[in-house]
Amino acid sequence: MDVSVFGGLFDSSLRLSIPLLAACLAGLWSERSGVVDIGLEGKMLVAAFAAAAAAHASGSAWVGLLAGTGAAVAFALIHGFASISQRGNQIVSGVAINMLAVGLTAIVGNAWYGQGGRTPPLEGAARFDEIFLGHSAPVFLTLLAVPVTWFVLGKTRFGLRLRAVGENPAAVDTAGISVTGLRYAAVIICGVLCGLAGTYLSVGQSAGFLPNMTAGKGFIALAALIFAKWRAWPALFTCFLFGVLDAVAIRLQGVSLPGIGEVPVQAIQALPYLLTVILLAGVIGKAIPPRASGSPYVKER
Amino acid sequence: MLMKIKKLGLALAGVAFSATAAFAQEAFKPAIVYDLGGKFDKSFNEGVHTGAEKFKKDTGTDYRDFEPQNDAQREQALRRFARDGFSPIVAVGFSQETALKKVAEEFPKTKFAIIDAVVEKPNVQSVVFKEHEGSFLVGLLAVQASKTGKVGFVGGMDIPLIRKFACGYVQGAKYAKANAEVFQNMTGTTGAAWNDPVKGGELAKSQIDRGADVIYHAAGGTGVGVLGTAAKEGKLGIGVDSNQNGLHPGKMLTSMVKRVDVATYNAFDQAKKGTFKPGVSVLGLKEDGVAWALDDNNKSLITTEMKAAADKAAEGIKSGTIKVHDYMSDSKCPVQ
Repeated sequence: MDVSVFGGLFDSSLRLSIPLLAACLAGLWSERSGVVDIGLEGKMLVAAFAAAAAAHASGSAWVGLLAGTGAAVAFALIHGFASISQRGNQIVSGVAINMLAVGLTAIVGNAWYGQGGRTPPLEGAARFDEIFLGHSAPVFLTLLAVPVTWFVLGKTRFGLRLRAVGENPAAVDTAGISVTGLRYAAVIICGVLCGLAGTYLSVGQSAGFLPNMTAGKGFIALAALIFAKWRAWPALFTCFLFGVLDAVAIRLQGVSLPGIGEVPVQAIQALPYLLTVILLAGVIGKAIPPRASGSPYVKER
Repeated sequence: MLMKIKKLGLALAGVAFSATAAFAQEAFKPAIVYDLGGKFDKSFNEGVHTGAEKFKKDTGTDYRDFEPQNDAQREQALRRFARDGFSPIVAVGFSQETALKKVAEEFPKTKFAIIDAVVEKPNVQSVVFKEHEGSFLVGLLAVQASKTGKVGFVGGMDIPLIRKFACGYVQGAKYAKANAEVFQNMTGTTGAAWNDPVKGGELAKSQIDRGADVIYHAAGGTGVGVLGTAAKEGKLGIGVDSNQNGLHPGKMLTSMVKRVDVATYNAFDQAKKGTFKPGVSVLGLKEDGVAWALDDNNKSLITTEMKAAADKAAEGIKSGTIKVHDYMSDSKCPVQ
């Protein structure tokens, strides 16, 4: 194990943690405003598809990012309409979004390209180039979102009001501020971040869309969010930890460890899950969600 | 002539319509049940698709197909095709073995073919390949093309069949150069490992970081990520099952071609002509069942010496002077 191996491990961890981090922050915004969002997975998936399709059509990764963000925001608004305006059950709406995304992307993809739901491979400018230290632009955008989220939610009037809506919407309403407006704003920001996560998956990390390529990342992001107790900086660390575990699982395969010898593939692949369970059970203590999360706000009774 | 065929077709349809269900099963109505990964995986399933499309073009007989989305659907799909009177039904992939065993028993008059597994029933034709022989040759080519003497292998799901690819590859690499180093990785232990290009790319990257400059994949859709990463890093990739040289022209050393298209075509053709034979056929280098691909896309990468060495090894394998160990015969690989 020399320096380059650790450098490679770090890079790999970072790449693997970026989609998680973006999705985790997306969930953070939404849940801090009191809208539970288990539809992160679905929004990432539509974003990944829209981004790959647009990048293929236009030949530009940035157009892909725009399309991916647009698609995710559109789905976020569906969720918002169902759970804020119509006061529907937020879990049901999220599940519906996930199911809709899986089916819709595969069917539209098959109808457009006839390749079993996948988009044609992207090349050249249709993918994000490595701009700095071997990483592409979405990586830095996502990392930048961490301090921005921390600052806006913690230090600005908008952020404080948004958090108040997640804790006690009636108090905010009494103060004459629109609960609906704040929650919609949060849901849209959630859509933008999901769009970033999905776009990075299909246009940055791999070259094209594959059916169901998010492979549960949206749910791992939710776990990371609970793990991070709905805070921005801890979200960075938990997502990076998941990234490291994933990368270690990949890199340790077939490598002889001193004293142990070659570890079986299955054991290594179980490692991230084992550690997650142990950390979740033992280390973080009690995670308390925003008080009003999950309940729609009814103005006057 | 065409009219005659059409009339004949109509007459046959009429007969089938009036006849009993048992008779309907005798009719020639080909169908395919693909493996997970889908028919456009640019690899294994796509080879089957190519063979079926060729048959359709040659004979004008259409076929039905089904792409299962999860393991539970295989048996249902096979049974539904059989109940609807389709025959022959081609089951693609080793993972359909148990499902086919059951369904073949339930419909003894329907003809089945399975690719990559052996089902010993009187109405099933099993086609398996000597992947280790083809992998031996690409392993040999990989080491000859490598500048570092280190080459990589990325497998899909960790199963004996994929170990068989890996083992043949390592043997070929060591045959070319005794001190060649081969890095082996498997993507996962579930069916999802066939469709995870992000992880495939990361595995390829980790092997490149360790010095590998030629990487062979046997990972279905995951391989798209492996080959993409190798091409992006300026290294060489080796494709599998179908000829994948065209995916990244000039950055693909070769492809280990498994003629699943021929197997599919033959199963259809024999059923149509009435020469369909149940039993096991093993296709190796000798039978042209496996080969390494040489075309315009990789011509410049294969030197005359490399081609001569590969041809010589191929002759040796065919004549039996070179023995390539089959991992699946004893679940062991003599070299690492």
